[in-house]
Amino acid sequence: MTDTYEHPEPSDRGAPAMSTADEKFFLASQWRLMWWKFKDHRLALVSSGVVIVFYLVAVFCECLAPNDPLKRNAQRSYCPPQRVRLFHQGGLRRPFVYPQVQHIHTETLARTYTNDTSTTLPIRFFVKGDPYRLWGLIPMEWHVIGLPSGERLYLLGADRLGRDLYSRVLYGSRISLSIGLVGVTISLVLGTIIGGVSGYYGGAIDTVVQRVIEILRSFPTIPLWLALSAAMPADWSQIRVYFFMTVILALIGWTGLARVVRGKILALREEDYAMAAKVCGVKEFTILMKHLVPGFLSHLIVTVTLMIPGMILAETSLSFLRLGLRPPTISWGVLLQDAQNIRAVALYPWLMFPALFVIVAVLMFNFMGDGLRDAADPYSH
Amino acid sequence: MIAFIFRRLLIMIPTLFVISVISFVIIQLPPGDYLTTYIANLQETGEEVDQAVIESLRVRYGLDKPLPVQYFKWISGVVVGDFGQSFSLNKPVGELIWERLGLTVSIALVTLVFTWIIAIPIGIYSATHQYKLSDYFFTFVGFIGMATPAFLLALVLMYCSYRWFGTGVGGLFSDDFIDAPWSWAKLADLLKHLWVPVAVLAVGGTAGMIRVVRANLLDQLEMPYVVTARAKGLSERRLLVKYPVRVAINPVVSTIGWLLPQLVSGAVIVAMVLSLPTTGPMMLTALMEQDMYLAGSFVMLLSFLTVIGTLISDILLAWVDPRIRFERQEA
Repeated sequence: MTDTYEHPEPSDRGAPAMSTADEKFFLASQWRLMWWKFKDHRLALVSSGVVIVFYLVAVFCECLAPNDPLKRNAQRSYCPPQRVRLFHQGGLRRPFVYPQVQHIHTETLARTYTNDTSTTLPIRFFVKGDPYRLWGLIPMEWHVIGLPSGERLYLLGADRLGRDLYSRVLYGSRISLSIGLVGVTISLVLGTIIGGVSGYYGGAIDTVVQRVIEILRSFPTIPLWLALSAAMPADWSQIRVYFFMTVILALIGWTGLARVVRGKILALREEDYAMAAKVCGVKEFTILMKHLVPGFLSHLIVTVTLMIPGMILAETSLSFLRLGLRPPTISWGVLLQDAQNIRAVALYPWLMFPALFVIVAVLMFNFMGDGLRDAADPYSH
Repeated sequence: MIAFIFRRLLIMIPTLFVISVISFVIIQLPPGDYLTTYIANLQETGEEVDQAVIESLRVRYGLDKPLPVQYFKWISGVVVGDFGQSFSLNKPVGELIWERLGLTVSIALVTLVFTWIIAIPIGIYSATHQYKLSDYFFTFVGFIGMATPAFLLALVLMYCSYRWFGTGVGGLFSDDFIDAPWSWAKLADLLKHLWVPVAVLAVGGTAGMIRVVRANLLDQLEMPYVVTARAKGLSERRLLVKYPVRVAINPVVSTIGWLLPQLVSGAVIVAMVLSLPTTGPMMLTALMEQDMYLAGSFVMLLSFLTVIGTLISDILLAWVDPRIRFERQEA
């Protein structure tokens, strides 16, 4: 038998009777309430998990990719995805693939691939493969999955130059997912400062800022982005192009955030605690940052989360049109450039796989943002 | 009401002015001008470049003048309908853009109507069947629609038609009609091709619109007047259509303001994938070649369209909802 004696709750004697659930609710901090509410939103919870997995993949893409994404291999040009199998000649094996054999048609020179079903190539974990530098720094050569003895694994097929599409998609996630984050960070800083100043001081500053926002918002985004991207000199380095792209994306993004911040500040400025701080002689900027901003931080987080998928899509669209990032940079948009030629896609449909990753990433971000939006106001029922 | 419209028109003027300046500055951003691109192209093909010819071209195009002068020359022409000369195509810009702009606008408008026709009934259905399987289904489809960029959808559609019908779905006209003058037959041909870009573009907007209609209607359905109407024995159908739907659709009017720029943007990018004879492809080449008057006119006119769209939605909203009209007057 377990001990059934229950220790009486201390210090509760004089307080009015309250169930433990109620008490927990009333004592919880705002953030804890949000977490409880967010937890109830199943879809949002699962989506956040997927988003986290995506970012983990982006961080460790070098280890997770079975191959070097830039290594060409003429023997495997446009080879189809290798199916992972479990049964070989009627017997259950560990996951394996069949080796692919390339045939070149003597007249048309068209390449076809067949599986050599006489032997198997077992998929191994933590194998030695192409050497790489983790985060560009630490030299390593083991990969989480891969084929032993220098064979190359093509889970999603290869592009024209025989580069492994799966590895390229994983590497692409690093650029495509981070460009949204950096763009949003720039928007956040600009939007909070400009919107905050505009809402807090009001008057002429407010009018000017509102006009500027209105004008910026009346530009249709794609033509504006096209025009700005076309202004990028062709000889810029990859890093410079990357940062220029984030700035372009943030250029429109901050206006939405500035509006949210301004609206909230206009409402919160009138609250008693803001007046109290003012009477106490707290500096204006401190009031803004320390007392007003935390009041709408949750709304800001929601807006930001819902902005990231838009930026991911924008990068993909621009790079797809060859106006954003360019090869040899690897991003999902750059990978989709290969899918521009509809005949190539008809022959090698796996070139469309990066699109699937784009859609899933954007979808998950939207679901997560939806859940956060519901949770952002934990006091409403 | 007339005073309201007049005031809105007045506010528009500085906005349009700033847009024209920004458009001009943006197209001037790339280093060099059209002539440097032109020279580079000549050198690539191995042709001799005569410095004197280049200089005379520069003077002829007014590229030797300072930027504000160039801007002033351009904008004073624009006011009277002269958009300058396209360098690469050697034609007045005005001749080149109007048909393309017209097609872009018609695609956007048809899409807008199409979006409403689909989204409003689905939104109503979704709200009246909240948390039923069908509601979840439409919500899910809506989210996928929002997550899929238009150009990808266009690509998938092209792939499918290529795969199963062996033909592309690109373009807006059959070969016979491309250069033909406008006629009823050409219009019919246009309508035959128009559904592809319209369907592609409508998906994103429809998804968002369904959610707006659904949320608005859900709010309305909880109102006491709905209960009253039901208590008085009104049939569910009449009750729905007569009161809450009318209120719930109200905000849809204001969506023209944000849907139109989105559609124009989308139309530009989808046009490039489907190779439609609209603004997209021509603007892109103009931007790449630094054909500044052509590119600048496109950027500026597309932005003007957005401003006008916002204006129309503001007027409609004020017309539908008197509260807005009076609030603005007091302010």
